Parts: sequence; structure tokens; C-alpha cells
Amino acid sequence: MPQSMVRGGSSMGKVIEINGPLVTIEQPNIRNGEQVRIGTLGLIGEVISLHKNSALVQVYESTEGLQPGETVEGLQHPLSVELGPGLLGEIFDGVQRPLQKIMELSGEQIARGLSVSSLDREKLWHFIPTEKLVVGETLHGGELLGTVQETKTIQHRILVPPNQQGEIIEHAPEGDYTIEAVLVHLRDAEGEIQELKMYHQWPVRTPRPYRARTQSEQPLITGQRILDTFFPLLKGGKAAVPGPFGAGKTMVQQQIARWTNADIVLYVGCGERGNELVDILETFPQLTDPHSGRSLMERTFLVANTSNMPVVAREASIYVGVTMAEYYRDQGYDVVMVADSTSRWAEALREVAGRLGQMPVEEGYPAYLASRLAAFYERAGSIHTLSGDSGSVTLIGAVSPPGGDFSEPVTSHTKEIIRTFWALSKPLADARHYPAVSWIESFSDYEAQAKLWWAEEVDPAWSERRKQALSLLTQSDELERIVNLVGPEALSSKQRWVLESANLIKEGLLQQSALDEVDSYCAPQKQFALLDLMIHFYQQGERLIDLGAPVEQLTQLPENGKIRRLKSTIGNEQLDQLQAFSQQLWKKLEQIQAEYASTGEPQP
Amino acid sequence: MKQLEYRHVTAARGSLLFLKGGTDAALGERVSIRDKDGTLRNGQVIRSSEQMVLVQVFESTDHLDIENTWVRYLGEPFELALSPDMLGRVFNGIGQPRDNRPPIISNIVRNVNGAPVNPAARAYPREFIQTGISTIDGLNSLVRGQKLPVFSASGLPHNRLAAQIVRQAKLPDDASNFVIVFAAMGVSYSDTQFFQSEFESSGVLRNVVMFTNLANDPTMERLILPRTALTAAEYLAYELDHHVLVVITDMTNYAEALREVATEKGDVPSRKGYPGYLYSDLAEIYERAGRVQNRHGSITLIPILSMPSDDITHPIPDLTGYITEGQIVLSRELHSKSIYPPVNVPPSLSRLMKDGIGRDFTRSDHPHLSSQLYASYTRALEARNLASIIGAEELSQRDQRFLKFADAFESRFIQQGEDEERSIIETLDLAWELLSLLPPEELSRVTEEEIQKYHSWEGGL
Ligand SMILES: Nc1ncnc2c1ncn2[C@@H]1O[C@H](COP(=O)(O)OP(=O)(O)OP(=O)(O)O)[C@@H](O)[C@H]1O
Ligand SMILES: [Mg+2]
Repeated sequence: MPQSMVRGGSSMGKVIEINGPLVTIEQPNIRNGEQVRIGTLGLIGEVISLHKNSALVQVYESTEGLQPGETVEGLQHPLSVELGPGLLGEIFDGVQRPLQKIMELSGEQIARGLSVSSLDREKLWHFIPTEKLVVGETLHGGELLGTVQETKTIQHRILVPPNQQGEIIEHAPEGDYTIEAVLVHLRDAEGEIQELKMYHQWPVRTPRPYRARTQSEQPLITGQRILDTFFPLLKGGKAAVPGPFGAGKTMVQQQIARWTNADIVLYVGCGERGNELVDILETFPQLTDPHSGRSLMERTFLVANTSNMPVVAREASIYVGVTMAEYYRDQGYDVVMVADSTSRWAEALREVAGRLGQMPVEEGYPAYLASRLAAFYERAGSIHTLSGDSGSVTLIGAVSPPGGDFSEPVTSHTKEIIRTFWALSKPLADARHYPAVSWIESFSDYEAQAKLWWAEEVDPAWSERRKQALSLLTQSDELERIVNLVGPEALSSKQRWVLESANLIKEGLLQQSALDEVDSYCAPQKQFALLDLMIHFYQQGERLIDLGAPVEQLTQLPENGKIRRLKSTIGNEQLDQLQAFSQQLWKKLEQIQAEYASTGEPQP
Repeated sequence: MKQLEYRHVTAARGSLLFLKGGTDAALGERVSIRDKDGTLRNGQVIRSSEQMVLVQVFESTDHLDIENTWVRYLGEPFELALSPDMLGRVFNGIGQPRDNRPPIISNIVRNVNGAPVNPAARAYPREFIQTGISTIDGLNSLVRGQKLPVFSASGLPHNRLAAQIVRQAKLPDDASNFVIVFAAMGVSYSDTQFFQSEFESSGVLRNVVMFTNLANDPTMERLILPRTALTAAEYLAYELDHHVLVVITDMTNYAEALREVATEKGDVPSRKGYPGYLYSDLAEIYERAGRVQNRHGSITLIPILSMPSDDITHPIPDLTGYITEGQIVLSRELHSKSIYPPVNVPPSLSRLMKDGIGRDFTRSDHPHLSSQLYASYTRALEARNLASIIGAEELSQRDQRFLKFADAFESRFIQQGEDEERSIIETLDLAWELLSLLPPEELSRVTEEEIQKYHSWEGGL
């Protein structure tokens, strides 16, 4: 192994201690937050604290084999990402290294110390300048330079980096360029010439600026009934999906990534399984976006720090992700970022805090857990960009509470911060009631805004029906408790009908298999039509029972089985069939009604 | 320099040895420690600075004295020599022979810690493995390259179940057999003996590599043993093109060893004294299962762990469940009813099942059928629960049917012989036969066509 050596020069330092992913270095003039390259392997790390004669570095790669005395080089910039065309369709690691490229370089295992640029330097992009690109005009941060067709569906808007402005001295005409080509020369206020390229860098721990926050109004449609109809989320909103292992957090997030009506989807696999990312990489290119009709991969990209990849990069991956999400937001897009799982990020935080000897407050987590979580979710929002467009970042984080206990720190803090809470329940998952979203524990603070959209776009009765369904579900939970104490005989006919109707809602509406070709995505119109049908059926049935019809007569209708299967027998485009089915059902009920009305023996 | 032996111990505590710095010890470097009797112990550098080096000693520091202990830095991490000759052999946690035969000599040598697999290089596992066990094949199907643990508890027949899986596992239409890597940590001699004779009697011993650390072997060696075993598995799978089935038992002993060192080091504990990094540490092991692109072989991993006090929320099963691709949970209740294998159906899960079954792999009704079985059985357990409160006679006719279904499901579907190998078609047909105890209107997870084709409700009860 190499002998220690200290080369001259103030930017070089040396390792004095290695303790897992934390390395103490001796290096004059290093700054907090600065990136460093360590040792013969060239491991990348970040300075996280400064002391009198030393600095502490968290290393994004395994430190195995590192020795005291190895050299350290300061890179003079904080952890940053490259922002430009070529992000979509890619999979990056936690510090934005392109994993496909890395595979070409180092095979199936990730070698250490690789230095690969995030964006392809060779690829040519067809740049079309905007008409406003005129010599002598002034450009401000966030303004449009021109566009590049990044994928078939997404036009990449090349923006002036937020912190730059000046007078246009010279600019490139339309044509094919690599991202390194200088497109515009600006003269800034100091008279210095600035070069603008197709990409720029941005430090991940600094939120990107915007002009103003706006009120979110549009629901984020996911095609999942329990989410859209019962616990809606808005574009620009923040949501969490907590649940014990195997309850379906990843499936919920993958379903959202598949079917959401956002423009761009960023999937961050933070401390989870490698195979889950492969699943996306293998299936998304074949799936079509229900909104644009094109391959889903054209609007999707991924950040992956799987559970076996270094922990420190896991902490970074969330910020790397959200910065890229903000970048597309700044281009005027609605972006959804799903993070699976924020608990792993919090654990990475805890691990570093523990090694730093910081005082743990709850379950080993440092005191700043809550504020870090809040600051992360604060980067969600619907905004006016610097150039006056509107865009949004919606954040959806999975939470993996130890033992499924929602009172643990990460879940409880997250619950305070987010506005939509999709709580997954183990008993539901055990019965394979998917998505296992609990109608008791979940909530959404966005119902009021969502209601306006549903009334306008789908049906004014949406809010009313939703409430009726939720009330049926809670009544039935109550009744089930009674049954479990004293048996079903204690219930009245009407109460038994409530139980039956709630079951119908659970099986025919709430349960939605992600694996069912027809039912995987349920359009809002179909969501409402099914809901409306079931509530109507309940109400009509209740009237018949009042007239004296026995519950059995209703539950034995063969339509019961059919209603439960409508979700997968009738496609989103076949609502007329659903209409026809309902008409027949109502006719049948009318016949029953006639029977009882004529005998004139209404029950008391 | 690495040939030098240092006598620079400053302190010893539990499994930790504190040494003077200045030796440029590399993190993870292997060290050899010689005591005053000349006995050698194995250790690994876990912290290194210019002033101090911390070494974890597998055999613990008992009976070492500060003056008479010599330390040699070997200049390399823990590595395993690999060769096809490993098959049929027995090793300890660091790859030294335990079968009185010569060590493996090879110029293929790998760091046992491996390096993380690039997620972009993985291939999604989707080939159905038939284990011949209905609760697995029908309800929690295993696929080639999956990591599917068995959550057990003391006194439950996890070893017999694992042995049955090893004996019977095959691809329905593929003759190529599995090669087996067996890793045992902190288990009793009789447990390893059980497996050895199982392998012997089924004639697979020549295709097995065993790594064993018994209950009275050095505890800290358990921290490296699964890594050693998986290094062997990777070699067999990716270089020799084998489909490898890895059985690791008992992960609870592994995690306890980890907790022991963590406590000695003073790491901040999270739950039940286990260090916060237990999750990542377990993941480094479990994530080595899988398939990679352009390689023929695969690694299917079946870790066995015992749930302390039968508690599935205990950190060890809990974190394992968060990493693995499902779990087979064993139930004391079924076991006490003499049902073998006592698979507790509701909490068991196979996440990779969804892509490995159905028309192209097993039969087109399989996905709906398994979902229906889950729904009906959980419904039936509710009925049984109700019966225990109000008495079975008081149940509605509907609940009585479910009660009957619960009993039949347990005694005919879950229960099977230790040598009984059911084909997947037999399993599926049996499932339909049992569902025929319920009227068709209770079956909303299957399609009307499937009911017509397979269901035979004859009324009754
Ligand atoms: N909507 C759904 N439709 C069909 N199956 C589902 C659905 N949701 C979950 N499942 C089933 O449940 C399994 C577990 O789901 P998932 O992997 O999403 O759990 P998780 O909560 O992310 O668990 P972990 O915390 O361990 O990652 C899936 O593999 C799938 O079989
Ligand atoms: Mg998950």
C-alpha cells in the first residue's frame, strides 16, 4: 500500500483518520460544504464540519482500504448537479453520476473513484433560439434562450442560469450543438463576458429561486381511486405514504409514476431495492402515457441509491433529486418527484450524526431531523418562474416506520408537514386489499380545492358522493365492531345493508389492482361513475328495505358480483356500457319496489 | 513494512483491540494477532488514524495481554480464493477448510465485501421456481434470483422447510439443477448435521458449498461469514454460470454479533440496542442476490431468521422485511395443530410473484386465484374469530361456510407431506377444489370466466 505523502500546495491535504464513511482530514483553507477527492482511489466526499486544524468529510463511496496519510484534494465547489438536456430517460446515482455510463466503464459492479460527467458531452442537440435572442438586448436569470427537443414529448427550455444576467453580445444561430458549445455571450454589470451554454451547475442544498409562490388548484390525477377520489393531492402539493414493509408504498409510488397527469416524473430510489428500479427501467419504455400517448420513459428519469450503495450518498440523493425537479419546474412544467423511502434518508442523516457524536434526541435521530424534513418538503410548490411561467414540484415521500409504528419520529414529523397522508394498513395488505390505503387514518387537506376541479370537469355531485361513501365506510367499521362482540344477529336490516354496501365499495371501488390491465389506471370520469353507481344502489336499497324488502333479496341479485367487477370489465372509454348496466339495475329495483309497494306492507 | 510484527497494543476490550497508530493501517485491512502462546487470531481494522488503530478480533481479546501480543498487518482486505473445487467442501467464516482437506489454492481471489451491483446492470428476476410446496408456489411464488427469507421462531420446523425447498426446487421445464451455498452462523452442531445428511441423502452433496460457524465458534466471525458465502455464490453464478440457491441461517445470530460490536464501539443505538446502520448492513448482504444482465447464472437467497419472542416487529425481521422481496412467515399456532409446513399465510408475501406467474409461466388463472385465496382465507379467519366469541352455532350460514373453508384450507392446502412434491398445476387445482366450498358470489377476485371454468359449487351447507 502506498506510503503517505504530502505534496506541497495549499489545496492538497491529507487523511488523518478513517472512521467508516467519515474521514478526518488536515487541510488548510478548505471550506465547509466543499467537495474533496480523497486518496489514490479518488473517492468523492463533502466537508461537513470544520475544526481548528482539521475538517470532517463524509465520503459518498466506501472507504475500505483507505489509509491515514493519503492525499486529499479540495475541489472548490459544493455538491452540485448539472442541469441541461439529457436528464430524461437516464438513471443517476445519489450524486448524479450516470449509472448506464458507469456500467460501460466498470461492469456490473460500481467501481470507486470514477469520474464521469452527468450529462453526455458528445451528443448533439438541435437548438432553436427564441426570437428574443437579439444582440444588444438584456437577458435576466431564468429567461429563455431557446429550446431543444429533449425527447419526443418534452421540449427542453434552455434558461439563463438564475444568478446570471447581462447584455447579449453574440449568440449562436439555430443548429446542432453539444452541451459544451457556447450559445450566448453576455456582458454583465461589471463588464465581464459570461458564456452561456446549454447546461449549468447548481448546488443541490440551495433551493432554486422563483418569482412567487402560487396557490395550487389542479389535482394531481393518479388514476388510483382511493387517492384521487378520497384523498386527493394537488399539483405542487406534498404527500407521504407511510406503511409497514410489504404494505404497498412502492407500488403506490410506481402507479403514480406511471399514470400521473404531470409532465415530468422523477423517481428517487433512496435506500431501497435494486430490482425495483430495474422494474421501471424494463417496463416504462413499453408503457404509454395515458395523457400524451407516448412511451412513459420519455418523461421519466431516476435517481438511485439502493440499500447496498453507500449511505452518505443516500443523504445527498434526495437533494440531487429535488434540484433536478426544480429545474424542470423552472421550465414551466408540472413535475412529480416520488422518493422511496424518506426514512432511509433520515437514517443516513442519523448515521452521520451518530458518528459525529451529536446528541441523539429520539430513537437516535438528531434534533434537526424535523427541520431538515420540513425544509425538504418546502421545496414542493406551485410557482411563477423567474420568467413568469407557471410550474410546480409535487413531492411524494414514502415513509418506512420501524415495526409499522406511526408514532416513530420520521412518520410523526412528516405527518405534521405534509398535506396529504396516504396511510397504508397491514391488515388490508394481509387480506390483499390493494392499494392498502386506510380510509380511517389517511387524510387530505386539499379536498376544498379538488372539489372545484371535480365539479367543473367531472360532476358537481363529486364532493357529496365522496362524503357519503366515507360515511358508509365509517359506519360499517362501527357495525363490524358490534358484530364482533355480539354476532350479526344484533344488526337491523338497514344496518346489514350498510355493511353490504360498504363491502361493495371496498371491493368494487377501493380495491384496485395495479396488475389488472384495465383497472390499473382509472380515469376520473370512470372513478365518479362507479362511485355514483354504488351510492345510488345503497340509497335505492335502503328505500326498498324501508318498504319491507329483505336484505337477502338485494344481496342475492346477480348484479352484486357484476358491480364488483365493473372496474375491470369496463374500460375508461366504455362508460356508456356502465350507463346501460346501471339503467338495467335501476329497472330491476323498480320492479322490486313495485312488488312491495303493491302489497302495501311497508315495515315500520 | 507489512512483514513487520508490531507489539503496540494499548488496550483490549471485548472483541476490540486498540493499537498505536503510525502504521498506515487501511480501513478493512486484515490483521493477524499472535498471543503469548503463539496462537493466531484473525482481525480486521475498523478504524484507523495516525494516533490509533482499532481492530475487531473475531476470536475476541480474551486472555490477551498488552505486553505479549504481536500484530501483523496483512496488507489486504478479507479475501476468498475461488475455484470449482469448492463444491462439496466445508469452510469456516473466513474460508478456511473445516473438513480436514487442503485449502483452496487459486489465482482467482475476491474481496468478500464485494462492491455494490449497479442497479442499471441488473436483470429483473421472473422465472418461476417450483418448490412443490403449495403455500409457496400457489401463494408466495419464488422466482430465480429472488431473496425470500423464512421468518421463524425457536422450535418451528424452518430447517425442514428449507431442506424441502432445497430438495425440490426446480424450474418446471429446465433440467439444470441448482448449486447450493449453505451458510450457518451460530447454529448447533446438530442443525448443520441435519442439513449435511439431507444433502447427502438427496445426493446433492457434491453440489453444495458449506460455510459454518457453530454456536461455540468465534462470534465475530459471523459478521464476515455471509459475505464469504455470497462471494462464493457470485463466483459460482456469474463466472461458472450456475443457478445458485443460497440458504443462510440464522440471520438473528448475525445481527446479534453486530449489536455486540456496535455496543463495544459505543455506536448510537436505535431500536432494542441495535445500531442504526443495521438496515444498510443487512442490505449489503441481501442485495447480493439477483440476476445481472448478460450472465447466465443467478443467486436465489433464502435467509432463515428466528423472530425473538415470535415478534415480527422486532428489528431483525422488520428490517429484513424492508429489504427482501417478501417473506415466508411460520406460525406457532399452525405448528401446534401439527400442520406442516406451518406457513402463516396472511403475513407471508412474495413481491416478485406478480411477474413470474400467470399465462406465460404457470397458468393464466394463478394471479387471480392466489388473490382470491388470500381474501377468502382472511375472511374465513374472521369467521373463526367470531365463532370463538359467539359460538359456531350462532354463525350465519355464510360464516359457517367460511369456517369450513378455513379448516379445509389449513388441513389440505397448507398441510402437506415433507416428501410431497405438488406440481404447480396440482396446487392450483387443489385451490379451486377448496374454493368450491364457497358459493360463486363470494369470489369477486376471480373472473366470471374463471369461475365457469374451474369452480364447481354444488350448494351445500
Ligand atoms: N395496488 C396494488 N395492486 C396489486 N398488488 C399490489 C398493489 N400494491 C401492493 N401490491 C403487492 O404488494 C407487494 C408489496 O408492495 P410494495 O413493494 O409496494 O410494498 P412496500 O410498502 O414498498 O414495502 P417495503 O417497505 O418493504 O419496500 C407488491 O409486490 C405487490 O405484490
Ligand atoms: Mg417499497
